[in-house]
Amino acid sequence: MEIAVFALFAFLAVISAIVVVSHRNPVYAVMSLVITLISLAVLFVLLGAPFIAAIQVLVYAGAILVLFLFVIMLLNVEEDAQRTRSGIFQKVTALISAALFTGILAGLFWRDTASQEVAPLTSQSISLESLAHRLFAAYLLPFEMIGLLLLAAVVAATVLAKPYSSRPRAEDP
Amino acid sequence: MFELAATAGKIGIWVVILLSVTPVMVWIERRGCALIQDRKGPNRVGPLGLFQPLADAVKLLFKEDIIPSEVDRPLYLLAPILAIVPALTTFTVIPFGPTIIIGGQTVHLLVADVDTGALLLLALSSLGVYSLVMAGYSSNNKYALIGSVRATAQMISYELALTLSVVAVLIPTGSLRLDDVVTYQQGLWLGVIPQWNIFPHALGFLVFLIAAFAETNRLPFDLSEAESELVAGYHTEYSAMKFSLFFMGEYMSMATLGALGATLFLGGWHLPGVDFTGWWVTSALLGMGILIAKTSLFLLFFVWVRWTFPRFRFDQLLRLGWKVLLPLAIVNLILISALTVAGWL
Repeated sequence: MEIAVFALFAFLAVISAIVVVSHRNPVYAVMSLVITLISLAVLFVLLGAPFIAAIQVLVYAGAILVLFLFVIMLLNVEEDAQRTRSGIFQKVTALISAALFTGILAGLFWRDTASQEVAPLTSQSISLESLAHRLFAAYLLPFEMIGLLLLAAVVAATVLAKPYSSRPRAEDP
Repeated sequence: MFELAATAGKIGIWVVILLSVTPVMVWIERRGCALIQDRKGPNRVGPLGLFQPLADAVKLLFKEDIIPSEVDRPLYLLAPILAIVPALTTFTVIPFGPTIIIGGQTVHLLVADVDTGALLLLALSSLGVYSLVMAGYSSNNKYALIGSVRATAQMISYELALTLSVVAVLIPTGSLRLDDVVTYQQGLWLGVIPQWNIFPHALGFLVFLIAAFAETNRLPFDLSEAESELVAGYHTEYSAMKFSLFFMGEYMSMATLGALGATLFLGGWHLPGVDFTGWWVTSALLGMGILIAKTSLFLLFFVWVRWTFPRFRFDQLLRLGWKVLLPLAIVNLILISALTVAGWL
């Protein structure tokens, strides 16, 4: 039963992820990303982490991707806009990235099978309570710093997106 | 085997109740608005016009189902289905009665007994916006598109306030299970006042109530289907049963949010002074009856407000969401956290 559910949703996650990067229409790509995220949430439940699954659906599928769609619909991205031919630089970068990613994955798998000492996470160790203790006691500082970092990114994006005329000018007397 | 049968039974009960919410609410809405506007309302089909929803349903089922030729077909067909899926699934985490014993087996009157109940409900209901977006985008109609863009902005803005007001309730309870929230509210203050969350969480309740209107796209926040500006908003191009699926989705999510409000703030299926220890059928029926009665209060309030207030302008709506409701929800959260730490809740 568990294997069947895993197989179904793992398959769905991979297929929809491929659609995300290959579909010409950005709206369809975002919709497939929603399917990917929900499938991943199901996999989290199977791993015994229902909290992370619920957060995944609530934050990513329910909010962030809605904003993606919002932007796509507001900007009215044309279907044909994607059909520009990619240059040689893009192709080389893509190849290097793919090679790096494959290398990292291979390294991880190799290490896992070599040393069987890795203790699997129990549902106890990822329960809501222990998660809260880790986030708000043990790792409070890094957690807050990530928050600040994201805030800085938002502020920077807002400043960059502002019309040039309304930006504060440094050389003003 | 017994567990499977019990779960199937519970799901069956809720599907029947949720599907009958729409016809009942349509009747209440039409008669209610007639009452408010000093008219008679539909009164020809059956006594008091009670069979009017049946006539409507027959009409919608037999109408010609038109699919405009320029629509984006897959998304166009998927949108109405997605409108009712979240509404039907979110109900699974709401408890509707005490733990009962049938022939030596204990049964929790709750379909999905999961640790993260409240979060799961919020997560599933947040997916409802996709049906609006898909409908608006796929219709290939500017009014529909404007409607769904509005819906997206609105839902994102109000979901924050809604979630924060729910979180404030969960803090003193110390659990994400709605079952525990109900247990937490049993008991009396000074022997007369029920210990419902609505009293300490008055501010949170207000935020929840206002955000619920926005989440269900009801007037005064029905900007996404504002008929005086956008024809019918995101479902302009839909007809027959596809149109009525949107309709059913709206009423069902009203019922879900009403039941969530009743569970979080009004003690859920429990009522002080009611004895739940008798025969299992009686206690189950009592629990369901009480929950349905409390949910109806919310639904009647939704109808009352719809026919009493004018529609907001879109900028007013967003300003209310970000500059009033969100700060209020945060103040409420801090207040409740402080009270909980001080040990008063």
